[in-house]
Amino acid sequence: MSDSVAETLPQAPSYNFAYLDEQTKRMIRRAILKGIAIPGYQVPFASREMPMPYGWGTGGVQVTASVIGPDDVLKVIDQGADDTTNAVSIRAFFQKVARVAVTTETARATIIQTRHRIPEHPLAEGQVLVYQVPIPEPLRFLEPRETETRKMHALEEYGLMHVKLYEDIARHGHIATTYAYPVKVEGRYVMDPSPTPKFDNPKMHRSPALQLFGAGREKRIYAIPPYCDVVSLDFEDHPFKVQEFDKPCALCGAENVYLDEVILDDRGGHMFVCSDTDFCEKRRAAGHVGEMAQAAE
Amino acid sequence: MYVAVKGGEAAIDNAHRLLADRRRGDRDVPALGLDQIVEQLALAVDRVMAEGSLYDRELAALAIRQARGDMIEAIFLVRAYRTTLPRFGYARPADTGAMLIERRVSATYKDLPGGQLLGPTFDYTHRLLDPELAGDAPVAAPATRDADTEAMPRVSQILARDGLIEGDGALPDDREPGDITREPPEFPMERDLRLQALARGDEGFLLALAYSTQRGYARSHPFVGEIRIGELDIELEVPELPFPVPLGRIQVTECQMVNQFQGSAKAPPQFTRGYGLVFGQSERKAMAMALCDRALRAGEFGEDVTAPAQDEEFVIAHSDNVQATGFVEHLKLPHYVDFQAELDLVRRLRAEAEARMNAAVEAPGKAAE
Repeated sequence: MSDSVAETLPQAPSYNFAYLDEQTKRMIRRAILKGIAIPGYQVPFASREMPMPYGWGTGGVQVTASVIGPDDVLKVIDQGADDTTNAVSIRAFFQKVARVAVTTETARATIIQTRHRIPEHPLAEGQVLVYQVPIPEPLRFLEPRETETRKMHALEEYGLMHVKLYEDIARHGHIATTYAYPVKVEGRYVMDPSPTPKFDNPKMHRSPALQLFGAGREKRIYAIPPYCDVVSLDFEDHPFKVQEFDKPCALCGAENVYLDEVILDDRGGHMFVCSDTDFCEKRRAAGHVGEMAQAAE
Repeated sequence: MYVAVKGGEAAIDNAHRLLADRRRGDRDVPALGLDQIVEQLALAVDRVMAEGSLYDRELAALAIRQARGDMIEAIFLVRAYRTTLPRFGYARPADTGAMLIERRVSATYKDLPGGQLLGPTFDYTHRLLDPELAGDAPVAAPATRDADTEAMPRVSQILARDGLIEGDGALPDDREPGDITREPPEFPMERDLRLQALARGDEGFLLALAYSTQRGYARSHPFVGEIRIGELDIELEVPELPFPVPLGRIQVTECQMVNQFQGSAKAPPQFTRGYGLVFGQSERKAMAMALCDRALRAGEFGEDVTAPAQDEEFVIAHSDNVQATGFVEHLKLPHYVDFQAELDLVRRLRAEAEARMNAAVEAPGKAAE
């Protein structure tokens, strides 16, 4: 797919570059720097009201707006796809208020804002992956009180989380967390990787890219600097495992990628295709053909 | 065969065009003017100003029109605009005792200095639909009289004179009032920040919580010491100038709730209070706020925290309707990646359970061992 530059969109008249005023950006950058200095630690920040609703990526948008420059190339994905409605809306927002170049190519992007996925194409040094985070606190569903969870982090008191994972195994025979699977960063802070499927967790480990997490409504920013240890919680006798799919992508034949199930009819027919649309398109352009694409020919 | 959900961009454009069309409605019906909204839907405008935390009637009216009358959407529009405005400074504390009063009632005294003044209230109207209002029948001018020169001291001041009620309280010298729009909230919260959060909190949410305190969930024996609605001068201290600069006048509703007394071995019993202050005319909100404020002071008075309305993290973290609506409504965004992960797990668990059951059927003796 080609890059498109927002040359036709008129600049919104009274807004600063990338919407936020410079004081706000400075405040957010400080929070980001603190987050980078303490990997996995949730830094409170004075989140602003954004022109999109809370829960729709306001944290990610504020982080992106604070780190983006005129020369950056932005990619926005939601569920791994560049063309889902909210990704389209956020990309259009930055085209309008920052007039930056945008792309769907993972390798070409300098900043990738994402919701629920990490791209399949390995990230490189110099790239920034910005996650939209709904609930930054990995312990929230075990302990609803912020005053308590902050204490638990301070004391490195993560027993409750292990008990939860153990109870899953006792009840189901498996750890029943399939997304937002908790990780430990640099051996210290237990962190919520945002609701990405646990399939993506290993990609966070020692990633050469800078990973930034923004939770607007909850007013928290956290970060994983490049090459940090990010380990998914598990037990010796129940090691962490990612999802495996029985079949490759029906369109491009890719294996070991995360697949979406697409319902084909009301009689139980379905197919599995790459959730990362850019990855899938690239492979198809390179001549890879999946089962379903073959049938269609 | 496989049709990917493409064309999000065109779909969004078309949806917004349709929204604009629906918003305008039948073109044969004249469009609503902002002045009409400001004048005739004034309480809606007030609510948007209060919960939007921006005192501007015209912008609030615009937001109401743009939101097709959806109040929370209108509040959201105002908030998103407000957040982009530069901060020049903070106004001087306004003295509500010096308010230009339009309405003032007290439930604790039959009469009091300054008197009871009903003002423009729905109270004591019979809620009968008025067919006359379907048209544009002429409305009589209101009765007027010369403004009172008599002082209208606040009921809390009257009670405080005899030490019957706790004082206004003051911030410690080393503490500047906070700003919840500029600092992330930290729990436990100081009362100044809590009151800010309550002032922009959702009217319905605070109303329900306040109601719960009346029904036994953190009972606080409230009396309406006073409700007053009127106008306040707002002034700004400018360092270069030797006098405060008047910025204008705003209408506010203030509620002083007089609550259950407290005493200790050292201090004789006195009434406590809950406080509510809201932009515009909104008694319901001001009263609900005052009840919630008092309930949230439980810790201060050593009361047991047993009810939701007393739980600061619960109340404050969930009182903002812009946050609440965003997060509840984000559930309509695609979640298929996570759902896929769950689907995969449930299928696996079901397959395992089925395999176990089949094994039990085939070799019942063994399974029982």
